[in-house]
Amino acid sequence: MYTFSSRLKTFAFILMVLGALGVGYSFFTAPSTVEEAEAIVAAQHHGGHGEAAHHEAAAEGHEHSTEEAHAHAEPATDSVVVEHTESEVAHTAPDSVSPVAIEEHQDTIAVTAEAEHDKASPTGDAAEAGHEGHEAHSEVAAAHEGHDAHADHDAHKEHAEHVFHQLQNKPWAAVYVAALFFMLISLGALAFYGIQNAAQAGWSPVLFRVMEGITSYLIPGCIIVFILLVAGVLHFHHLFIWLDPAVVAEDHLIQGKSGYLNGPFFLIRAAIFMAGWIFYRQYSRKNSLLQDEATDNSYYKKNFKAAAAFLVFFIVTESIMSWDWIMSVDPHWYSTLFGWYVFASFFVSGITTIALITLYLKSRGYLEYVNTSHIHDLAKFMFGISVFWTYLWFSQFMLMWYADIPEEVVYFKMRIENYNLPFFGMVVMNFVLPILILINTDFKRLSWIVVLAGTIILCGHYVDFYNMIMPATVGDQWFIGAGEIGAVLFFLGLFILVVFTTLTKQPLLAKRNPLIEESKHFQY
Amino acid sequence: MSNKVLHVLYNDDDILMDAVRKTRAAHHHIEEVFTPFPVHGLDKAMGLAPTRLAIASFLYGLVGLSVATAMMRFIMIADWPQDIGGKPSFSYIQNMPAFVPVMFELTVFFAAHLMVITFYMRSRLWPFKQAENPDVRTTDDHFLMEIVVNGNENELIAFFQETGAVEVKVIEKH
Repeated sequence: MYTFSSRLKTFAFILMVLGALGVGYSFFTAPSTVEEAEAIVAAQHHGGHGEAAHHEAAAEGHEHSTEEAHAHAEPATDSVVVEHTESEVAHTAPDSVSPVAIEEHQDTIAVTAEAEHDKASPTGDAAEAGHEGHEAHSEVAAAHEGHDAHADHDAHKEHAEHVFHQLQNKPWAAVYVAALFFMLISLGALAFYGIQNAAQAGWSPVLFRVMEGITSYLIPGCIIVFILLVAGVLHFHHLFIWLDPAVVAEDHLIQGKSGYLNGPFFLIRAAIFMAGWIFYRQYSRKNSLLQDEATDNSYYKKNFKAAAAFLVFFIVTESIMSWDWIMSVDPHWYSTLFGWYVFASFFVSGITTIALITLYLKSRGYLEYVNTSHIHDLAKFMFGISVFWTYLWFSQFMLMWYADIPEEVVYFKMRIENYNLPFFGMVVMNFVLPILILINTDFKRLSWIVVLAGTIILCGHYVDFYNMIMPATVGDQWFIGAGEIGAVLFFLGLFILVVFTTLTKQPLLAKRNPLIEESKHFQY
Repeated sequence: MSNKVLHVLYNDDDILMDAVRKTRAAHHHIEEVFTPFPVHGLDKAMGLAPTRLAIASFLYGLVGLSVATAMMRFIMIADWPQDIGGKPSFSYIQNMPAFVPVMFELTVFFAAHLMVITFYMRSRLWPFKQAENPDVRTTDDHFLMEIVVNGNENELIAFFQETGAVEVKVIEKH
């Protein structure tokens, strides 16, 4: 029997408290009004703006910004935009009170012209225009008080509200990404467990209790994610813009999808999926424990059948789950292999978690029959599924990059422009480093190498989920700060607490599994 | 001086494995073992050094990757950077996703084929090669261990008859 060491328990509680503090802080500092959002953005961009507002003659500033407006508007097909901007600049200059205000205002116009130019650009790239818009707005914010009653004031207000929503989404999105990530880790471990049962694998039965421990997080994890989804339907947060009737009213694309993307149906689907997964988890765990005391193999056979049925249910629900909970944050975008891609991401995370917890328990002397061959097999799975993830990531990216159809490619354009380091960094963490570290047979048997590679893989797949959710919810306002780290720490603490508590409940070796002898003597 | 070897035949791989272990324990030098199929763990029992074929393959893969990269960088970017359907041919990295399938395939191609050729060369296998089979039964259902005779021949024969051999022959090697 495993005893939950008090140090680990304390560690888990500390993680939860720290995480809760971080999450609380990020909710506390999130703006509650548009003005606050403006102040936050202004503070972020203050350095850059102060430089521009250096003491210069008013006329010089005037010329400079007009030129700038020209330069930005030059490639525009719509020449009206350019003329309009110029006339506005000319009009504004004598009106303004101080040279600084003039320059700031003209800056604003120049940038607005840029944003307008983007809107008018032949690609019709609405997303791009929107993001240029944020930049425009951020510079506007400081200058905002300096002038009023101008034509483009409404546009600024729109940008301000846009940024305000993004900043309001930020703490929610941080919690959502972390909650989803840890829930899916345990779902990935459950899928692996189901596969091992259905495939009658001879090497893994000594690890079944570890896997069952990890999947025990599925219940609290699913409940938390479900609460977050309900909070979305009840408009506590705006991670899913298709849940906002005001957005849907103006959006024909979402209107066309509202037969599928609507609050009640969304929650019903989520409830069915979660209930199905949890049911299989509880049922197989129960049978696995009953098999220990049984006199025949009937529970083993039941588990075999249940695993086969679960895997069918799982692959259907997993696919729909990925559309619902992840892809629908970008309701204008769609990808056919998205379900597989998400699956690969959390499947490899689940396997990695199994390996890490096995190594931890082994190092504490609790897993007598686990040898380096078992670790080797897990490491091979980590290696192989990492490559599989990369294959799907690249297939999705390359097909869209190659065809370059505007409505598809905005997804990646946005990520490459605003999330360059996370977007490509995760490829390094999820592919390049694992493939170089885990390709060597001897390395796959060394605990510290597997722990190192596992840590990299888990961090990389957190970034993967971050990249899936954040661009659509917080846009270019992303940052890995107190909210994000806090949410990860909180759920990590909860995960450790739940998983290791379950591990203490039963012996760590299944007794009467028909394959347990083979598994005990497994050598590779 | 003539070069004598013992040919010891077995008809079971488990007995062969035990015999190999005993022979090693008695410090007789095993020249070669001929089996009709791979016997799991035989290399370990004989104390053979692990193969380095995988390392060679990894290096060949790197060569393939370099060849693919250099080839396409020269052809598509350096030599004639034509605009083909709007693909950005300004630098290699800009158009890299389009090259990845080729990079991948050439990596695998080089790794696989050069490794196989290395294997053939190292194991001296080629068409029209004279077969080195000491006893035709070893390709069907017998296992043969070849031991160099040093010192007392009769003692050696007795030792191997003890190990469960079905036949022990003394052969003059040219």
